[in-house]
Amino acid sequence: MNVLMQEGAWLPFAFAFLIGLSMLLYAVLDGYDLGVGLLSRFVQRPLRDRMVGSIGPFWDANETWLVLGVGLLLVAFPAAHGVVLGELYIPVALMLIGLIFRGVSFDFRKKVAPEKQEQWDFSFFFGSLVVALSQGYMVGRFVVGFQPGLVSELFSVCFGFLVVAGYALMGSAWLILKTEGALQRFAVRWARRAIWAMVAGALLSSAAAPFVDTRIYDRMFAFPEATLLIAMPLVSMLLTVIMHFLLGALPMPGDRLAAMPFTLSVSIFVLGFVGLVYSFYPYIVPGRLLIVEAAAAPESLMVILVGTLVVFPFLIGYTVFAYRVFRGKATDLSYD
Amino acid sequence: MDAFVLSRIQFAANITFHILFPSITIGLGWLLLYFKFRFQRSGDEKWMELYFLFTKIFALSFSLGVVSGVTMSFQFGTNWPGYMNTVGNIAGPLLAYEVLTAFFLEASMLGVMLFGFRRVKPWVHNLATLLVAVGTTLSAFWILALNSWMHTPSGFEMIDGVAHATSWREIVFNPSMPYRFAHVMLASGLTVAFLGAGLLAYRQLRGDRGAASRAGLRSCLWLAAILAPLQLVVGDLHGTNTRDYQPQKLAAMEGLWESGEGVPFTLFALPDEEARENRFEIGVPRLGSLIITRDPNGYVQGLNEFAGEHPPVAPVFWSFRIMVGTGMLMIFAGLYGAWLIARKREMPRRFLQLLYAMTFAGWVATVAGWYVTEIGRQPWLVQGVLKAKDAVADIAPADVGVTLIAYLASYAFLLAAYVAAVFYLARNAKRVGDVDRKPNPL
Repeated sequence: MNVLMQEGAWLPFAFAFLIGLSMLLYAVLDGYDLGVGLLSRFVQRPLRDRMVGSIGPFWDANETWLVLGVGLLLVAFPAAHGVVLGELYIPVALMLIGLIFRGVSFDFRKKVAPEKQEQWDFSFFFGSLVVALSQGYMVGRFVVGFQPGLVSELFSVCFGFLVVAGYALMGSAWLILKTEGALQRFAVRWARRAIWAMVAGALLSSAAAPFVDTRIYDRMFAFPEATLLIAMPLVSMLLTVIMHFLLGALPMPGDRLAAMPFTLSVSIFVLGFVGLVYSFYPYIVPGRLLIVEAAAAPESLMVILVGTLVVFPFLIGYTVFAYRVFRGKATDLSYD
Repeated sequence: MDAFVLSRIQFAANITFHILFPSITIGLGWLLLYFKFRFQRSGDEKWMELYFLFTKIFALSFSLGVVSGVTMSFQFGTNWPGYMNTVGNIAGPLLAYEVLTAFFLEASMLGVMLFGFRRVKPWVHNLATLLVAVGTTLSAFWILALNSWMHTPSGFEMIDGVAHATSWREIVFNPSMPYRFAHVMLASGLTVAFLGAGLLAYRQLRGDRGAASRAGLRSCLWLAAILAPLQLVVGDLHGTNTRDYQPQKLAAMEGLWESGEGVPFTLFALPDEEARENRFEIGVPRLGSLIITRDPNGYVQGLNEFAGEHPPVAPVFWSFRIMVGTGMLMIFAGLYGAWLIARKREMPRRFLQLLYAMTFAGWVATVAGWYVTEIGRQPWLVQGVLKAKDAVADIAPADVGVTLIAYLASYAFLLAAYVAAVFYLARNAKRVGDVDRKPNPL
């Protein structure tokens, strides 16, 4: 504790927290819209237009959390940023190209000549898939501290599929909340598939985990913290089971409980995220670089922190405003 | 080729592609607000017809700007870690303030502006449109503060090879910042003026004589007539700032090898860096000194004073001439257009064709201008503080090569798709009578 009392010594931890929060918000918010992108392949227009309509006003702000998270990592922990992005050079480039094509497809798909629209729909789906897979793969590589070897690569690939399934689950839960009729029933069906795909992905990566990284297991069996870390998977499993039965009963008359799958899937995602972060804390790069070792100069961090604290309420303000304007069931997007 | 050269080409490609879209959205946000304002004052539907056409172009440009900007934020870390390691304490807060104050504002309000027209009250929609325009401008403010700092760094001290801030006021309002910010804002306004004029001229050439396209063309030409001459003045002032802080860049722009008094202004030349002289030089005597020092006999520093420390001459020299040439054409087109409007003359077909050909003239001038200033700073990444070669990441050249090809292919494809889509939208823009618009919620 004495270390933290020194002037400015708490700053790196405050930033590690802000980066974690931004990344979590990114994964949840862009997660659901990437998930909708993944599902967009399995319906035709005009239902597809309605799907895109449900995320159209939000995706851009959702993606900004990634820029904030990576930006804060860049400014607060330049050394860690260099290591992480250097190790992940190729998957980062893949993700970026995926994000480019998916992002521009929102606009191109309705603004080009009719015969070219289908290609942009495909680019929307495929871009979302590449982004989800590469993000999951990168988290996997990060968790194992970029260890080389076949097992750790396999673990990371499994993690890629886990994230695809997780995003698909949040995407379909979002659609259950924001749509009705045939599209809502479609979303319920896909949510049931996604949740078990997610369980399979989680089991596979857990099975591979002891072969690549011992930290997770060391942590799990180190009392007294262990109670917390074991409780999280248990709660997640419980939520998964509840979700399964809930989906069996949806959609209900009067659209009751339509918001429930989204709440549950976000909760599962948050638990998984927190558990993951907990497994490598206090490292900023697992096994390599501690949070305290990697931080930038305190005077610059202070300038950013003050700015963040001043701006944060406004940020929340606009987000709430935008979601309020587009509350209720989604409609087709139209400029006029 | 080594990773350094490849990383440089990759960053240049990325930033060149990126700047095309903000250079449209910054100015277009304000033009959209102007169209809405005119509609609200007059109740004339033609302004909304223009608003809806240009909103679509805005949305498309915005999404391309966002995704190429995200790519850039990653490339700082993937390819140029030495940059953040050396000047991260300065660049970090400026970038963070851009994300915090501008990106979230524009991204959240954009949805309301684009799709909320039927969902919110008119004043709320106006506010959202205003905030998007403010957001794009704020974003330009922060990034240009950082970029200017890299040209004319001030307000910092170096401790153990790392820059530490001493005065944020001096960092943000560094010596070249006010000039560069004004120059880039005007460039964006001109890019939009000619984009709008070009697309509406294109519609008129295809037979659209509607009130909207005529009113829009008039607005865009007035805008060009005001901004283009103003840009000449601001650009000239920016040049005197470069004279004081980066004389080697100015010497490269002028293709001037030997220092001297009463130097000429070179209209055409092929700078030969091996022989350190110009071939086929055509110049106007003493004009160079007059422009740079305000005195026909003024003393101007030449490149030979900076041997080994000056930028490659030919690209800077030629980019500068392309920028100025395009600017002159813009001044002519703007003033001639304004003269036609003032005299209430019909636009001659030839003039409409010229405007159509100049649809993306703003891009040409903007990109050429960026090449002047950015190549002109080489070999420095941050003038006098950090050289580009000391900032590059140690990545396998093959990896950089692969990603470079992937980016180049994506950018070329997207650029072609964008230009095609913009003309498609202009061709198929809805006319007032086509839309059965419901009334706004009150």
